[in-house]
Amino acid sequence: MSYDKRVDGRRPDETRPIVAKAGIIKRADGSAMFQMGNTVAYAAVYGPRDLFPRFMQNPQRGVLRCRYNMMPFSGAGERVKPGGSRRSKEISMVTEKALLPVLNLEDFPNAVVDVFIELPQTDAGTRCAGICAASIALADAGLSMRDMVAAVSVGKVDNMVAVDLNYAEESYEGGDVADIPVAFIPRTGQVSLLQMDGLIDAESLKRALELGKKACSEIYEIQKKALKEKFASGAGVNGNGER
Amino acid sequence: MNELLKSNILKWLKTGKRYDGRGLEDFRPIVVERGVTKNAEGSARVRIGDTEVIAGVKLSVEKPYPDTPKNGNLMVGAELLPLSNPEFEAGPPNEEAIEVARVVDRGLRESNALDTKKLCLEEGEKVWSVSIDICTINVDGNLLDASALAAVAAIQDARFPGYDGKTVDYKHLTEKRLPMARTPISITVNKLGEFIFVDPSTDEEMIVDARLTVAMTEGKICALQKGGSTPLTIDEIGRMIDLAKAKAGELSVKLK
Repeated sequence: MSYDKRVDGRRPDETRPIVAKAGIIKRADGSAMFQMGNTVAYAAVYGPRDLFPRFMQNPQRGVLRCRYNMMPFSGAGERVKPGGSRRSKEISMVTEKALLPVLNLEDFPNAVVDVFIELPQTDAGTRCAGICAASIALADAGLSMRDMVAAVSVGKVDNMVAVDLNYAEESYEGGDVADIPVAFIPRTGQVSLLQMDGLIDAESLKRALELGKKACSEIYEIQKKALKEKFASGAGVNGNGER
Repeated sequence: MNELLKSNILKWLKTGKRYDGRGLEDFRPIVVERGVTKNAEGSARVRIGDTEVIAGVKLSVEKPYPDTPKNGNLMVGAELLPLSNPEFEAGPPNEEAIEVARVVDRGLRESNALDTKKLCLEEGEKVWSVSIDICTINVDGNLLDASALAAVAAIQDARFPGYDGKTVDYKHLTEKRLPMARTPISITVNKLGEFIFVDPSTDEEMIVDARLTVAMTEGKICALQKGGSTPLTIDEIGRMIDLAKAKAGELSVKLK
């Protein structure tokens, strides 16, 4: 039996329902929530602020520091032990690389911009949801940016090339599965995050990336809308009319 | 800067009001939501003003502690996430996080909120282990009361996962609730000069002389924690406990 109908009835090029909101954490300089189906990411931005210890400072430009973390009760199955893992460290690192190309940090030598991504509920696609939330939060913090970054996971489940795999699809056992988290800089069409695990042929990979690009342009519009909604509501930068 | 803030806040307290317009015995609006995250067996979000925390309950089957072979295990953790506040840093739990976890833990444990005997599956071998994790989303004062409230609400929300004697089936929760025996309430009373008040904002919390967290259940006190570096007189402690008791009803309606 081949995988020709998605478990939740979506079209191959259809993402799960998306909700995005900017300015959810009052004490952060910028913040956002990004929900994709049952995956929920919160992101908060602090900075530019002083970076210590000093040997970590860069006199040429500000440093971007990302931290990806799953809350202990966020995963399907057993409790996730707090305190980070190899997986969370790697995701933090690739998130940094995904976001860095759009940031203008030259004006903030020796400073750091901290991005904290927290997952209260997960159902695959967490690093992508985290990157989407972080982009909105960075823009919400008023940082100078060339663009926002939009991310989604694409892949192949058995014979179907599809976008935004959920956990049931990622763990499909009836055939090969390829899971490819990808981030786009929509204005230039460039890719700033690309990872993959699973099995896929080169032709399907190209098709998957095209699907990802299309989905990211839709996500990009939702990200912009979230920012506009915050400022249209007169909430101010801190969500309380300040600044 | 703190001296200026302190004199300003004191000036307000003398008028019988706080600088945000509240009376000394007023909480900010409290909102409790249950079932806020799907993969936890139970969860709750508590907002007190702009302070927001999420508590989640995860259940697993483990070996009981050797000194309590017939009782289930209870564990409370607190993650003061750096996302929620410019002062918090990433890394292992610091003193503040450990204090929050332990104060919430004692409120639950000493009130016998959970009938842990009913969590026993096989004496000395297998018991249900209840892990409650508190994660901060936005910290704007009075984290202790918000955390304690969220922990209890999350336990109320929790249901057992399926269990066939060998493996836990997290995908299918049963209708069975945790064996709750009591509903403890924690209220922290703060002292500045001759004034005592509840539910401090970040600014107030920064300059208070001392605080006393009072955990109560069914009219009795079940745990205490004094914080802050200024000592208290017995008379002050009495007044602080009286205020906590007077406010308990207001919080316990949120747990109905």
